[in-house]
Amino acid sequence: MYSLPDLVPALPELWLAVAGMALLMVGVFSGNRSTHLLIWLSVVAIGSALILVLYVSPQSSNSITFSDMFIADRFAGFSKCLVLIGSALALVLSIGYLKTERIERFEYPVLLVLATLGMLMMVSANDLIALYLGLELQSLALYVLAAFRRESLRSTEAGLKYFVLGALSSGMLLYGCSLIYGFTGSTNFTAIASSIVASPTVGVGLIIGLVFVISGLAFKVSAVPFHMWTPDVYEGAPTPITAFFAIAPKIAALALFLRILVGPFLELAGDWQQVIIVISVASMLLGSLAAIWQTNIKRLMAYSSIGHMGYALIGLSAGTVEGVRGVLVYLVIYLAMNVGAFSVVLCMRRDGESVENIEDLSGLSQTNPMLALAMGVFMFSLAGVPPLAGFFAKFYVFMAAINSGLYVVAIIGVLASVIGAFYYVRIVKIMYFDEPRETFEKPIRRELSVTMAVAGVFSLFFFLYPGPIINQAQYAALSLFP
Amino acid sequence: MIVQTIVFYIFAGVTIGAAVMVVAARNPVHSVLFLILAFFNSAGLFVLMGAEFVAMILIIVYVGAVAVLFLFVVMMLDINFVELRQGFLQYLPIGGVIGLILMIELIMLLGAETVAIPKTLLATVPIPPIEDRTNTAAIGDVLYTKYIYAFQAAGMVLFTAMVGAIVLTLRERSGVRKQRISNQVSRRRAESVELKKVEPRDGL
Repeated sequence: MYSLPDLVPALPELWLAVAGMALLMVGVFSGNRSTHLLIWLSVVAIGSALILVLYVSPQSSNSITFSDMFIADRFAGFSKCLVLIGSALALVLSIGYLKTERIERFEYPVLLVLATLGMLMMVSANDLIALYLGLELQSLALYVLAAFRRESLRSTEAGLKYFVLGALSSGMLLYGCSLIYGFTGSTNFTAIASSIVASPTVGVGLIIGLVFVISGLAFKVSAVPFHMWTPDVYEGAPTPITAFFAIAPKIAALALFLRILVGPFLELAGDWQQVIIVISVASMLLGSLAAIWQTNIKRLMAYSSIGHMGYALIGLSAGTVEGVRGVLVYLVIYLAMNVGAFSVVLCMRRDGESVENIEDLSGLSQTNPMLALAMGVFMFSLAGVPPLAGFFAKFYVFMAAINSGLYVVAIIGVLASVIGAFYYVRIVKIMYFDEPRETFEKPIRRELSVTMAVAGVFSLFFFLYPGPIINQAQYAALSLFP
Repeated sequence: MIVQTIVFYIFAGVTIGAAVMVVAARNPVHSVLFLILAFFNSAGLFVLMGAEFVAMILIIVYVGAVAVLFLFVVMMLDINFVELRQGFLQYLPIGGVIGLILMIELIMLLGAETVAIPKTLLATVPIPPIEDRTNTAAIGDVLYTKYIYAFQAAGMVLFTAMVGAIVLTLRERSGVRKQRISNQVSRRRAESVELKKVEPRDGL
């Protein structure tokens, strides 16, 4: 008869689910006064989940459980660590913001924990059903978080826009899943893979299904041509939530991209490579060209993230272990750079209000030299100037592309990053050479300066000791390939 | 067999007719009623296929809950439906083109070669014949065992949706009189009853 599934591989998820519900209870019984406490408790919960991922769940072997729906391998472990770190940092960044904007509501950390749970489930999905449920759990929480400032028109617009387009993308994804199920006879990734290997010809239906799934996932990583929602949502959402959007969901969705394309559909690499190459080249070009005309720093970061997703997808289009490793290293560095840049954006406050225009940064080097220095480091790193971390991120994916013969893609990538460097360096120019404006509010909150410092040190000195991260990424990438 | 075919066409015909009327009816309340008719007939189609569990769920969930909710929304909200419909002709061309493309794709898919599903895949959870085991029991066999992960995950999704709906809509309104049971119960006689000495022929 039926025996209880092995719960140990899924311990981080179970822990986060229980913690989310317990935190909600605490919030319901003690009201909005407890928001500050709840944020720290959520950080502790996410931190404990990180410890569970690292030390308790057997990530070193490919453990599959819940009747093959859930997989915990090194790849899942690596991506989960990134997602959990990103979520915890987003929570820490929100502490001051919630207080000053008077939206301290206890559901905020709970929704963030639930979104994180959804991302962990996405990363560990080994079945189309599990994939969809994780994605939907993550997205539902994100829609609400985008509209969290109910009284602000822009925030509600962001939430509604994200919701409508997200529903559309879920529809495409589901349609693709149903086609894949119909043409392979299973929703399970392992079974799909063996069915593709076993069948002599590849059906058109299967390819159409795969393209629909890719479109649905491309929406989640906001790759061109499914990027339209990104600038509006990033601009309208509360700033720490924008930071969260830029980091954790992108990492989870990209990990899912790798999991599904390299896992069950490796046999069809020739077919999906073309699609990924087109998406990636279009994202890089749009990300660097459209950002030039932006005046709002959050919109600029939105276009920047579109571009960065394009670079990361180059690694996927290579379809090799080296390429996957490149994507994972890219995600680590992307996480650090974005946390840093958004901490600086959260410091942009004047007379009790957030300011978001790039012009507001002018002369920052004179009014607040340390902040200007930090922002300068992040901008140069995002632009990919050696020896900062951002350069190595791009270096690994471009190398992977060249080694698998994708010279044109790599050249376009280099050109796009040169164009992109223009708008990053323009911010540095505005900070260092323009007439100073009124100073930003001082002092900077302690947690913001800590995250800024850590992210800055990481971006500056990554090149000295990149070994451990690259080794771990290598193991993770190897575990993905059969 | 012939009876089954006749019943199928009756159900299918009424479903399509009702669905057309949902869009075409002028009165929104009529639309919802036609929607309920469409649901009932689709449930009949499911029964014909031997999927009685889905048929019952369709009636209980969609007719019992969703359609009634729609009725409430239609009756409570003052929406000008005539105005809503004005965009119809404007959007008709683009909608028609998209519909046509989807139609062509579907036809192409129907024409695509069929794939024989490997026997090994089906054998993991064989679908028992209807004579042996009813739908409901067959779903019960796997829902809490094989698909426990999906079941629990769906529960978390619904939980998040509930929290989200409350976050976005609940607002504390000031100046609303609420019943406070603790205040009512903790009232003491001394606070609420006052004994006045009334002199005869004086009044208060």
